[in-house]
Amino acid sequence: MARISPDQLRSLPPDSAIQFDSQGHLRHFLTISGVPREALTQILDTAESFMTFGEREIKKVPLLRGKTVVNLFFEASTRTRTTFELAAKRLSADVINMNAARMSTSKGETILDTVRTLEAMHTDLFVVRDSASGASHLIARHLPEYVRVINAGDGRHAHPTQAMLDMFTIRQKKGGFEGLKVAIIGDILHSRVARSQIHALATLGVDEIRVIGPRTLIPTEIESMGVTVTSNMSEGLRDIDVVMMLRLQRERMDGQLVPSEQEYFSQYGLTEEKLQVADTKAIVMHPGPINRGLEIASSVADGDRSVILSQVTNGIAVRMSIMATLMGGTEAVR
Amino acid sequence: MSIVIQGGRLIDPKNNVDMITDIAIENGEILAIGSLPQNFKPTQIIDASNKLVLPGVIDLCARLREPGEEQTATIASETKAAASGGITRLVCQPDTWPVIDTPAMANMIRDRADASGYAQVHPLGALTVGLLGEKLTDMAMLTEAGCVGVSNALNAVESTLVMRRALQYASTYDIPVFLAPQDPWLTGNGVVHEGEVSTRLGLPAIPEAAETVGVARDIAVIETSGARAHINLLSCGRSVTMVAEARSHGLAVTASVAIHQLIFCESDIGAFNTLFKVVPPLRERTDKEALLDAVRDQVVTVICSDHQPHGDDVKLAPFSEAAAGISGLETLLPLTLGLAEQGHFSMQDAIAALTWHPADIIGIDAGHLSVGATADVCVFDPALDWTLTVDEMESRGKNTPLMGQKMKGRATHTILAGELIFSRSN
Repeated sequence: MARISPDQLRSLPPDSAIQFDSQGHLRHFLTISGVPREALTQILDTAESFMTFGEREIKKVPLLRGKTVVNLFFEASTRTRTTFELAAKRLSADVINMNAARMSTSKGETILDTVRTLEAMHTDLFVVRDSASGASHLIARHLPEYVRVINAGDGRHAHPTQAMLDMFTIRQKKGGFEGLKVAIIGDILHSRVARSQIHALATLGVDEIRVIGPRTLIPTEIESMGVTVTSNMSEGLRDIDVVMMLRLQRERMDGQLVPSEQEYFSQYGLTEEKLQVADTKAIVMHPGPINRGLEIASSVADGDRSVILSQVTNGIAVRMSIMATLMGGTEAVR
Repeated sequence: MSIVIQGGRLIDPKNNVDMITDIAIENGEILAIGSLPQNFKPTQIIDASNKLVLPGVIDLCARLREPGEEQTATIASETKAAASGGITRLVCQPDTWPVIDTPAMANMIRDRADASGYAQVHPLGALTVGLLGEKLTDMAMLTEAGCVGVSNALNAVESTLVMRRALQYASTYDIPVFLAPQDPWLTGNGVVHEGEVSTRLGLPAIPEAAETVGVARDIAVIETSGARAHINLLSCGRSVTMVAEARSHGLAVTASVAIHQLIFCESDIGAFNTLFKVVPPLRERTDKEALLDAVRDQVVTVICSDHQPHGDDVKLAPFSEAAAGISGLETLLPLTLGLAEQGHFSMQDAIAALTWHPADIIGIDAGHLSVGATADVCVFDPALDWTLTVDEMESRGKNTPLMGQKMKGRATHTILAGELIFSRSN
C-alpha cells in the first residue's frame, strides 16, 4: 500500500489526518479528502483484481479469515450494508450486522458505549453509518490503534466508499479521469455522497467539476472545494462526460427548499432532452435508491447511458479492496 | 481582617490610575492608597512587587449549573474556580432548572453563593416566565430579591411584541435587559458558522444573518422602549457595526464578547473538535478581527468568560449532538491581558472591560479601587508561566480547548470585600 510522506502527513486537512498511522499508512477510511492520488488509484487497481471473483464458482478469498467485521448501522440502509456484508464475506471475515438505534442525547447508551462494548468482543473492523457528521471520526478516535474504521456515511459529511465505487465505474467506462468534465446534480447541501465525489474527482484529476442545483440546495462557499456552480441544466450539462445524479430526499420536499416535485423535475430532472447538450458518449450515474420522475426520468435511468447497475456490482469489489487495504492484505492479491 | 498590598502596579481604569504604590484594606473597604495611615497595622502583608493590582474581575456571563445540574458543577465549585481566576463577582444566567423566574429562586442562589464564601454571585432574573417568551416575569420583585438584570438566556423571544413589552416594562424600573439576539428560524438546528468549514464538514450551519437579523430587530425595539439593554456575546463583525451605529445615536445599548471569540475562529474546529462548539458559533477570522477592533474602539465594552462547565461525556458525542460551551473562568484574565500585551487593545481598556464597565452595566458600585470603596481586589503576576491541566483547574468542567497549553500570567491573590478568598503560593 502506498504511504504518504511525513510532509504530506503534516499538511493534511484536519478531518483526514486521523486516517493515517504515524508511518503514513491508511488505517481508517473516513473521508477521501487528503488521501493522495496514488492511494486512491491503488484501491481502484486492487478492486479490479477482485472483480472476477464474483463470477467464479467459489467467490471467496481468505484475506480476512479469522477477522471480525461489525457493520454498525445507526441509520437505516439496505444496499450499502448488503454490499459491505457481501464484501466482508467474500474476504472470508466473520460478519456481524448491527442495526442499532441510539439516543441522540447524553442520556442512555451513547454511541461510544455501543462501540466500546463491541470492541471488547475483539472486533477488528467497524463499518459505521450514522446520521451525524463526524460520528465515524469520533469512533475512530476512541478505539485502540489496531481497530480499523470504515465510514459508510456520516451525516452530510462523507461517504467515501460510495465515491470510490463511483470512481471505479467512471474509470471502467471512460478509461481514466484526465480531460473529463463531470456534473453533480441535485441536493448538494445535504449530500455526503457529493462531498466525497468532489474530493475524489479533484484528487484523481478530472478536468472540470460542476455542481448544479437551486441555490437552496447548494452549500455556501462550495467553490472552495474546487467546483463551479450553476443553476442552469443546459449550461451545466454542455459537453459533459459524466452525469452524477443525487437522490433528493422526499422529506426535503416541504415547500421551503424546493417548491414542488413538478417544479424540481422541470428544472433539474434528468431527461433525454436535457442530455442532448452532453457529450454523445456521456454516462449517467446515481447512487440509488432512485426517485423515478423526481430527479431522473425512467427512460434515462434505464437507458443506454445509464451505468447505475454497474455501480452496484462494482460496489462489492471496491469495498473488498478498501477492507483488504486497511487490514494490510492487498499484497497477497497481486 | 486588614491587608496591605505592597509595591504593586495598581491599574484602575475608572479612576485613570496606573502607578506603583501600596494599598491598605480594612473593614472590607479600601482604606488608603499611597501613603498609609501611621497607625495602620495590617494582619496580612502581600508583596506585589512586579505584579499588577487590579479591581476584582466581574464576569457578566457564567453558568454555574446549580440548581438543576449539580452532578456537573455547583455554585461552590465554580465560585471557587472564579476566585482562583481573579474573579470576585459573576453574573449567572437564569436558565437553571428551575428557572430563576421567582424571587425565591434568586434568594436561594445568593444564599448558596454566600455560604460558599468565594466569588459573589449576582443572578439575572428571567425576562419571561419559564424563559418561554410568552409572559413577563415579576421583574421589580426579582430585582428586589437581588437580580441585577433580566434575560431570556439563549432562549429566543420569538414574538417581537412580547420583546417590546418586556423592554418597556423593564425600563419602568430601569432594569438592565440582557439580550442574546439570534433569530431562531435562521439558527434552526445549526451548530457551526455557515461558511467553508460547515460546507466541508457537512455540519448544519448558522448564517451570519441569524445574528444580524436578531441585532437589528432588538435595536429597533430598544429604540422604541427606552430600555437599558446589554447585547450579550456578539459573534459577527457586522453586528459590531450595527451596535456602533446605535450607540453613536445615543441609544443606551452596550455589548459584550466572550473571550473565546477573540482567540478562536471557525477553522479551529478542525476535525469535529467538540471543545470548540459554542453558542453563538465561532465565526470567520475577519469576524474575530472585527471583534478585537470593537474592544479597542470601545464599541464592545465588556469581555466575559461565557463559562459553561460540562462533564466529559456530553462532549464525547458527534459534533451536532455535543453540548456547547467552554469552561472559561480560569483563563479569562490571562487571555484578556495577553491580548492587550499583543497590542490588540490597551491594558486600560482590557481591564476596564473586565471590571468597571460590567459593574456599570449591572449598576453595582464595584470594579474600581477608590478609597472608601468595597475592597474587591485581584493581584496578578503577569510573568507567571503555567500550563493549563486538569489538576490545575478548580472548575468541575475541564472542557477547554486550551487544555495542555502554556499560559502566561495568573492571579495570585483574590480579595472580596476585604477578605482574602484565594491565594496562590509561589
